[in-house]
Amino acid sequence: MSGVRVLVGTRKGAFILTADGKRQRWDISGPHFSGWEIYHLKGSPANPNRLFASQCSGWFGQIIQRSDDGGKTWTQPGTPPGEPTTGPGGMPKAESNKFVYDVSSETGKPLTTHQWYDGTQHPWEFKRVWHIEPSLTDPDTVYAGVEDAALFRSTDGGKNWKELSGLRGHGTGPKWQPGAGGMCLHTVILDPGDPQRIYIAISAAGAFRSDDSGKTWRPINKGLVSPYIPEPTAEVGHCVHHVAMHRSRPGVLFMQKHWDVMRSDNSGDSWTEVSGNLPTDFGFVIDVHAHEPETVYVVPIKSDGEHFPLDGKLRVYRSRAGGNEWEQLSKGLPLRDCYVNVLRDAMAIDTLDKCGVYFGTTGGQVYASADSGDNWTPIAEHLPAVLSVEVQTLP
Amino acid sequence: MIRVVLPGHLRTLARVSAEVQVNVEGPVTQRSVLDALEAQYPMLRGTIRDHVTQERRPFLRFFACEEDYSLQPPDTPLPEAIASGAEPLLIIGAIAGG
Repeated sequence: MSGVRVLVGTRKGAFILTADGKRQRWDISGPHFSGWEIYHLKGSPANPNRLFASQCSGWFGQIIQRSDDGGKTWTQPGTPPGEPTTGPGGMPKAESNKFVYDVSSETGKPLTTHQWYDGTQHPWEFKRVWHIEPSLTDPDTVYAGVEDAALFRSTDGGKNWKELSGLRGHGTGPKWQPGAGGMCLHTVILDPGDPQRIYIAISAAGAFRSDDSGKTWRPINKGLVSPYIPEPTAEVGHCVHHVAMHRSRPGVLFMQKHWDVMRSDNSGDSWTEVSGNLPTDFGFVIDVHAHEPETVYVVPIKSDGEHFPLDGKLRVYRSRAGGNEWEQLSKGLPLRDCYVNVLRDAMAIDTLDKCGVYFGTTGGQVYASADSGDNWTPIAEHLPAVLSVEVQTLP
Repeated sequence: MIRVVLPGHLRTLARVSAEVQVNVEGPVTQRSVLDALEAQYPMLRGTIRDHVTQERRPFLRFFACEEDYSLQPPDTPLPEAIASGAEPLLIIGAIAGG
């Protein structure tokens, strides 16, 4: 029987939740990397037992971990336990936790500053990896979206990382600025229909697209309106919280912006608002049904000043019309005194026939629906604050 | 042999259970000890010193013989008791939070 593996990153470690295809009984393993912040972990579509994890700490910096057995054991790529850690000549075999911005002359215009909160220019400083996106086809290729915003790629299973510096260097970088959570590149979407096309999103810069495997980039923010920035329709500067796509229609994108839920039908060339009847269109997560490309999920959050559900009721909203018309999904969710948040990478959807929907909260709960959102059950209730949720559908 | 005591999280990362010992050729300084430590445990690269600047990460401190060497230049000789292995170099995570 098929099953699912839910990968949960939290403020104090990673947890792996597994169940068979019925998704009724759950086993929890963890904490992995106890005490460390795990911003994100994700499995390779090309080799589901290969998982990557972003492990970080304010004390010790950034670590990349990899598992090749579905999360049972982990190593830093290139330094497996029990093997020599250096090669001939004493050089380290790998530098899997080294993320260094490209300031080489080959990039043409190495970029050293971006806009700071007060409008002045500020040096780019690496903080952490927010999002890991394994290649759809090659288990050794993986992308990392980092803070301060940049995109890195490894082609050796995470042993070494190189910046795709055309993104920071394309011209608008000096206008990017940090959001409240830092200047993070939090979304990486690889187009299943065009291996050269990559979408990314940055808070607070906006969405960007490359059509040549990450060499060159352009902003795709036409139609976004952000009244809280000096030029509400500026080319960049928008606080995009998350973007989602359905595999069958890679040209259709859904976006949860700071405020506003948006939709693009032309690969991001232009966007239209589809907030419709949502009780509030502020939020962080957004995702698409596994089999219905017009069915979209969001979790409305009260406001940018009050990061918790409206009226203390935790509700998912679903649109079966690609936006504008939204229905409340609340069976099994707390409908009183609930003041948690659901962070941008903390929703995921499996691909079983009746697809499962999962999301995690800053209160340490992970909720699952085995019927596309109609009914919800907590599958973990007392974890540290959840930073990210991913799910793998296993054969 | 130089003795080094690591913070708990770095022991887990390096897969060691207690203090570690490293060989240092030449003068025993912060830099030479950390170079030897990272050569022996490459997984610690970047966790104690920045990859590029080689500066101490802000929330870590270095103590030798009950003295704080954190703000000393990295090539300052460490005490003889560290060089002889009589005392360990302590790498300590700053206590932060409340």
